[in-house]
Amino acid sequence: MRPILMKGHERPLTFLKYNRDGDLLFSCAKDHTPNVWFADNGERLGTYRGHNGAVWCCDVSRDSSRLITGSADQSAKLWDVQSGQQVFTFNFDSPTRSVEFSVGDRLAVITTDPFMELTPAIHVKRIASDPADQSAESVLVLKVPQGRLKINRAVWGPLNNTIISAGEDAIIRIWDSETGKLLKENQKEEGHTKTITSLVKSPDGSHFLTGSLDKSAKLWDTRTLTLIKTYRTESPVNAVAMSPLLNHVVLGGGQDAINVTTTDHRAGKFEAKFYDKILQEEIGGVKGHFGPINALAFNPDGKSFSSGGEDGYIRLHHFDHDYFNIKI
Amino acid sequence: MALVRPGSAQGQNQPAKLRWGELDEDDGEDLDFLLPPKQVIGPDENGIKKVIEYKFNDEGNKVKITTITRTRKLANARLSKRAVERRSWPKFGDAVHEDVGARLTMVSTEEILLERPRALGKAEEPKNAGDSLAQIGKGGTSLKLCRVCGKKGDHWSAQCPYKDLAPQTGPFSDKAPTSDATTAVPGAGKSTYVPPGLRAGAERTGTDMRRRNDENSVRVTNLSEDTREPDLLELFRPFGAVSRVYVALDKDTQVSRGFGFVNFVNREDAQRAINKLNGYGYDNLILRVEWATPRAN
Repeated sequence: MRPILMKGHERPLTFLKYNRDGDLLFSCAKDHTPNVWFADNGERLGTYRGHNGAVWCCDVSRDSSRLITGSADQSAKLWDVQSGQQVFTFNFDSPTRSVEFSVGDRLAVITTDPFMELTPAIHVKRIASDPADQSAESVLVLKVPQGRLKINRAVWGPLNNTIISAGEDAIIRIWDSETGKLLKENQKEEGHTKTITSLVKSPDGSHFLTGSLDKSAKLWDTRTLTLIKTYRTESPVNAVAMSPLLNHVVLGGGQDAINVTTTDHRAGKFEAKFYDKILQEEIGGVKGHFGPINALAFNPDGKSFSSGGEDGYIRLHHFDHDYFNIKI
Repeated sequence: MALVRPGSAQGQNQPAKLRWGELDEDDGEDLDFLLPPKQVIGPDENGIKKVIEYKFNDEGNKVKITTITRTRKLANARLSKRAVERRSWPKFGDAVHEDVGARLTMVSTEEILLERPRALGKAEEPKNAGDSLAQIGKGGTSLKLCRVCGKKGDHWSAQCPYKDLAPQTGPFSDKAPTSDATTAVPGAGKSTYVPPGLRAGAERTGTDMRRRNDENSVRVTNLSEDTREPDLLELFRPFGAVSRVYVALDKDTQVSRGFGFVNFVNREDAQRAINKLNGYGYDNLILRVEWATPRAN
């Protein structure tokens, strides 16, 4: 396959997200402007100007009309996808790290980092269908007992009943999204040992995958929070993705930027590694980035995936025919 | 058609406009009425269409040509109505003023392959290690003792396949690696610079990686300029699992420099490929296929 290289960002990529139809790809980077691209040919459709800090995360509504972004400028913004106009700004007192729309797009979960004397928190906001009625009030604020450690990802559980969070303390927590009660924590001995960098749900929401700097990714059952599978790799995992079509998971990462100059460039392992979801065996690697992979996303049709790297490039890969016939 | 039919009368009877090109046309038309009409059957529910045509062949005989075609409906790329609509959205933000020369989106010049780590359905690692041991140990006597891996009778320590996995020691040092490291750090006179990644105690991922990449590497020379990595892969894949294919390209012109490397997962496969393809005519050139000489460290 010949990947399409997209150089729309000046700084390292942080997050990639496809819309539900799989025709648009949203990219966030440490420069302040998220981009949207056509996912088939990589042409840039537009940019969302207005943030004043690194953009850490984004999510797009099911009908692809609204975009929500979380940024280090202590705000989360709602955008009109088509025009690139800001619709609403949620202001916080600390940088926002993770955002996600709920099923139905009526709620959004936003996490904020520890900052000054503030501890990390998970906020739930109501998203009004008419932007004029939008309020900045939080429906629920969860204070997370992890002190100074960030929450890197918070996502909605099935039927919006729960919120699943994971972060630097390497513990996955499931919260009740109505009452804010902590329902479950994962077993210490089977969990990650270092920062969890990414968390992605399966298309049906029955299980989810976490990637961690402890050089592994783990597959969990959403309801019971039991460990299903573990995928081991040779370098810290910054991003994970799950194929919606085949039983494949993809891990992206590479050594920390801080170590790059001290070792052989091939030792960086800046490749997206494909694993069989069930057999936990490595299927192959896709190389190309000049730095660690920070973001991975699968097209909802499962026929292409994109990766975003510390090198500022997005690489959009349309799979060859061979890929669909790989046998273990 | 007319040329090979010397017996046809029309051409000779009209010397006034004896044009070679027209003659052909006239000829065809004049005789076509003798043929039964073209028959088209179908397409039926399976999309099978049968076309029966008659024509004269080169010897002037009537030939029946039956063409059966099947038209399959491809699952047309299902784009939702909204997605089609979005396609025509006007650009916004910075994308509006993007000139064509900006080249934000480029198709990679490099062909990226999904590199397979090991052969299908086999646990390769132990086998590989044993294999390379066996290679080196051929004709060995029992006197050999390896100081690196502690194996007796297989190989000298200099030839140990695990040599670069062992902690690095100084060139003549008999000391334990730990004491070596402590003396080297404060800049002892004779020691040369050791990159942090190679120092004792560092994570030895780098050399590990190199080992894997250089294993069972086959050099292919005298390639034609048009040969690309997928071509090479296609050529070598029948011999066994290939873990890496590389064709050297000129940095400036992106034209092939005429050689490349193929890494096999199994050594035997590589040997078979060498035996078979060395001297093989590929794209008008005689390939030269041999074991790649290991990179000098």
